[in-house]
Amino acid sequence: MYGRRVDNPWLSLDYLRRSGGEVWEHLQIHATLTVEAMLIAIALALPMAMLARRSPRLSGPILGLTGVLYTVPSFALFALLAPFTGIGRTTVLIGLVAYALLVLVRNTLVGLQGVDPDVVDAARGLGYSPTRLLLTVELPNALPSIVAGLRIATVSTVALVTVGVVVGYGGLGQLMFRGMQSNYRAQIATSALLCLALALVLDLLLVLAARWAMPWARSRARSAVA
Amino acid sequence: MSSIGDAWEYLTDPVSWTGAHGMFGTNLDGSPRFQQDSIIALAIEHLYMSFAAVAIAAALALPLGLWLGHIRRGGGATTVISNVSRAMPTLALLTLFSASAIGFGNRAVIIAAAIFAFPPILTNTFTGMAGVDADVREAAFGQGMTRRQVALRVELPLAVPLIAAGLRTSTTQTVATVPLAALVAGGGLGVIINTGVATQRYGQVLAGGILIAALCLGIDQLLSRAQRVATPLPLRATTVAAA
Repeated sequence: MYGRRVDNPWLSLDYLRRSGGEVWEHLQIHATLTVEAMLIAIALALPMAMLARRSPRLSGPILGLTGVLYTVPSFALFALLAPFTGIGRTTVLIGLVAYALLVLVRNTLVGLQGVDPDVVDAARGLGYSPTRLLLTVELPNALPSIVAGLRIATVSTVALVTVGVVVGYGGLGQLMFRGMQSNYRAQIATSALLCLALALVLDLLLVLAARWAMPWARSRARSAVA
Repeated sequence: MSSIGDAWEYLTDPVSWTGAHGMFGTNLDGSPRFQQDSIIALAIEHLYMSFAAVAIAAALALPLGLWLGHIRRGGGATTVISNVSRAMPTLALLTLFSASAIGFGNRAVIIAAAIFAFPPILTNTFTGMAGVDADVREAAFGQGMTRRQVALRVELPLAVPLIAAGLRTSTTQTVATVPLAALVAGGGLGVIINTGVATQRYGQVLAGGILIAALCLGIDQLLSRAQRVATPLPLRATTVAAA
């Protein structure tokens, strides 16, 4: 329809040449926002999960609350926060941390609860203190589940950042939105592809970090193949 | 906080529910139109878009999942589809569709929402069908049942709890996705938030957030009941354990 009158390609090098700086800037905003949200979420989720693990009475309410919060859409959460935290970065960051937190707490708790009781008993029998038990036995054993949660949370956070458009701070989403308003297809497609690429790269980094952090899983996989 | 007071005022004003000019009108071409200043009309539009999206997704995902699950192939592909759909921002699809031949508005939203509603239904239907005990399948074939009978009379009933769970996930998620429609000139309850931000009426923004959150929680509750009812009695205990 539009193509006949004005050339409006989905992918164009010309766009990158002209607005490369702007694209790069939004990619950086997107990446730093994601990483920052994930770091805060990890710092909060681990103690929360351990607390819930220590006292089973807390685990029910914590899981229930995270379940309810997860049902509230991000768009609505940003709207609930905006009147109090204002328009912009803070609101988006709080929302992102909240969602990542839900996934992380859940997965960490499931991981901790899934540790073989015999292993815990054995460590206790060897005279491990509760703290040492947690740090050297339970957490390493829960690591696969924690990593799975981290991967899900990171990938969804990259996608969620774009919803920040509603409060004017959506990283690459901002470019998609402007591209849509001005019917600039290259701008939309480029930022969408970059979003996917960012999610993929972060996911890959997590997989590599997990391989490095869990050498035992690597050798087990190799021995299973052999 | 004045925002809370403003939100209360907005929510208790009858005009914000019924709209200043009624709930429904007609477009220039005579088609019916939901008035964008009425909470009730926007909620109905919201549900209509959600169910249209889920219906489209289910019409495609259920048969495909049943078939793939029955022949027990394509498990890897279903996983890839659900992973990619998680990484794909909803806004990206919405804006891509709006700028394409599909155009702005509700049609783009319904198609995009249907695409996101597709993976949970497909994955759960596939897992439900493929997860049926091989012995049960063997026994059914041994009794001389045809493939079709095994699929529809043996595997499908056993897969119903998971299929119902998939439909619930997908519907809840769609109701939560549709608010984004407001960003691409569509309708639904997101309009309240978008208008509020644009006019700097943060009480209205807050009220919109509360309304959408309430709708999502309500739908989720309703569907969890429906899921229970849809699950055959002998299978209920195991479903609860799995959830």
